[in-house]
Amino acid sequence: MAARKTPAKSNTSKEDLLHFYRQMLLIRRFEEKAGQLYGMGLIGGFCHLYIGQEAVVVGLEAAAEEGDKRVTSYRDHGHMLACGMDPKGVMAELTGRRDGYSKGKGGSMHMFSKEKHFYGGHGIVGAQVPIGAGLALSDKYKGTDRVTFTYFGDGAANQGQVAETYNMAQLWELPVVFVIENNQYAMGTSVKRATRSPDFWERGAAYGIKGEAVDGMDVLAVKEAGEKAVAHCRAGKGPYILEVMTYRYRGHSMSDPAKYRTREEVQKMREERDAIEHVRELLLQGKHATDDELKAIDKEIKSIVNEAAEFSKESPEPDPAELWTDIYAEEAPQEA
Amino acid sequence: MATEILMPALSPTMEEGTLAKWLKKEGDAVSAGDIIAEIETDKATMEFEAVDEGVLGKILIAEGTEGVKVNTPIAVLVEEGEDVDAAVAEAEAGSDAASGSKAPAPAESAAKAPAKPASAPAAPRSNASPDWAEGTEMKEMTVREALREAMAEEMRRDENVFLMGEEVAEYEGAYKISQGLLDEFGAKRVIDTPITEHGFTGVAVGAAFGGLRPIVEFMTFNFAMQAIDQIINSAAKTLYMSGGQMGAPMVFRGPNGAAARVGAQHSHDFSAWYAMIPGLKVAIPYSASDAKGLLKTAIRDPNPVIFLENEILYGRSFEVPKLDDFTVPFGKARIWREGKDVTIVSFGIGMQYALEAADRLTEDGIEAEVIDLRTLRPIDYDTVLASVMKTNRCVTVEEGFPVGAIGNHLGATIMQRAFDYLDAPVINCTGKDVPMPYAANLEKLALVTTDDVVAAVHQVTYR
Repeated sequence: MAARKTPAKSNTSKEDLLHFYRQMLLIRRFEEKAGQLYGMGLIGGFCHLYIGQEAVVVGLEAAAEEGDKRVTSYRDHGHMLACGMDPKGVMAELTGRRDGYSKGKGGSMHMFSKEKHFYGGHGIVGAQVPIGAGLALSDKYKGTDRVTFTYFGDGAANQGQVAETYNMAQLWELPVVFVIENNQYAMGTSVKRATRSPDFWERGAAYGIKGEAVDGMDVLAVKEAGEKAVAHCRAGKGPYILEVMTYRYRGHSMSDPAKYRTREEVQKMREERDAIEHVRELLLQGKHATDDELKAIDKEIKSIVNEAAEFSKESPEPDPAELWTDIYAEEAPQEA
Repeated sequence: MATEILMPALSPTMEEGTLAKWLKKEGDAVSAGDIIAEIETDKATMEFEAVDEGVLGKILIAEGTEGVKVNTPIAVLVEEGEDVDAAVAEAEAGSDAASGSKAPAPAESAAKAPAKPASAPAAPRSNASPDWAEGTEMKEMTVREALREAMAEEMRRDENVFLMGEEVAEYEGAYKISQGLLDEFGAKRVIDTPITEHGFTGVAVGAAFGGLRPIVEFMTFNFAMQAIDQIINSAAKTLYMSGGQMGAPMVFRGPNGAAARVGAQHSHDFSAWYAMIPGLKVAIPYSASDAKGLLKTAIRDPNPVIFLENEILYGRSFEVPKLDDFTVPFGKARIWREGKDVTIVSFGIGMQYALEAADRLTEDGIEAEVIDLRTLRPIDYDTVLASVMKTNRCVTVEEGFPVGAIGNHLGATIMQRAFDYLDAPVINCTGKDVPMPYAANLEKLALVTTDDVVAAVHQVTYR
């Protein structure tokens, strides 16, 4: 991976490290539980797990401020948890229940939170990219200095609308951070089988957009790059591209036989580059936490996830009358 | 040998124009490519070049003359040294035979085109005017002006309303709908986009999620196919997918359907496509008052609205009420004329054929009731059903393809809800089931016509 490593880790506070550890662990345990519930038939349809990529969104959320917006693809559970959405509401949406974020009508790929400025949850590869630029346009129009994080994968990076969006975002100097989560496989197609231009962030240069690649298995490096990108956008200098080199441990979706890569490749990443293990080591080596303290955090996270799972099973299915609601708005939606 | 210079057609739908200014005077030498006059169409002022060389012998149409029909001789070009009067007399005498032979190509094709705009009469007046109080002061206005006024009024009313699209700002609109808006509202609110429909439609959807009220102008709805994923998957479905948390309050507007001789890729009527999608609203005005009232309603609507205009109708004039804030509600059809023998249901440009047919049918003693749906989502079923229950017969008229047409849906609805009232099967008059041909005669055959409607009415009335 040709990506930047964390230069100095010593200046990261104990609180930050613990926060990252907690957040990444929450995502991983949540996703593992979602995988279990899928196996039990409680979650249906498509379910795309974020396991392995936790450092990307946790690092970038650490660079965000209140009021900043985010929008992503269908692999969205991690983004929702990282921006502070309630695990219960997310899990209940996965099980298609009335207490889910979309009342059970959206599912794994389609959740939103006005309160947390999370704009989905989009199921069409690449469609969220111009939407993210549009959210940024709304902030520029209103004269705020808020920034929109627009996440998409290496697969979406080859979509035409991404190129269209780069062009307009730079032309109009929109405050949008394009985050390419390069997990190296677009479903089953590796980057090298999809393009002869594999350094996705460099494509921004064609439009005059600055960017860089960053090690996405290192949450501190992601945060630092995120802060730089956000500062660029907030200063009114237009968009910025971060290509975050990451890896998904699980299949593309639950029904992925994963014939396109070897078990050894996955195993090697897990053993050598795991983002959670990395922070765990930093915490222990820096004597910021003891093994017992980390075990206590593990236990706490497990209970949050178990509660969410219980909640998602107990929440009733939507009332049949909900079939016919939310098709049309009666009055103007409140500003988010 | 003298040649007549003819009034040129400067756009596919131009029928007449104003001879704004002569840049050459009688007796001036003219070379091919010289700009000899300025001609004002309803969209723009265009320079008109000479195609031959010679001397401008005589000016036949004085500058400032309005309403000069395409192909009218406007001047006579003579050869150098030729006796002007004799040459002019000769040219005028032989005008029928010679006409068009040296005219610029566009004029020639327009002259021969049997396209419907050339033969279209002035829009008939409505019998019923339910949208304003009796005695309201009216003013004559084109559909184009009505659309512009609607946008300007709504932009004054709500600072979150903005317009974006190709050529909407500095060029003032490919069809001049947005003329003057950049001057009044500035570049922040009237945004020229690159040619990038998929991208800018997605940007507009994001802006709507972010609390703004975008109006997206498609230069024509044909180009919106590039962006249909964003329209359907992002704009129409998000309110439902978010459990009512957020949606896309915005308007997608632009000309839809056939113009004149622009071929298969630029002539598609998308009414039925968009009308199929829950989460969208679809408006398709015929008259200027509906264009204005429905567009204002569309801009205020908290949902994504597809607003289907028609290039041929842009230049048509209708009476529009002079009211401070005139809106037309969605889901309310307009009865243009009442009748007892048959119900003709149409919308958009189809109304032209429906109304013309109704006029002609009176000669055969048939009184048709003509209904303009005005919005296709929601559809005002009640007005249609009540009328069919009265007349017992129904003909639908639309420009789109016959399979999966709005008329199919109306026919099915009438069958389900008014079967016992029907004295004849419902007939759908539609465009033909072919891509739009370019050749003038074939295009005419492909479009729905007033004759089609008259024939269908005879069929359902058995007389």
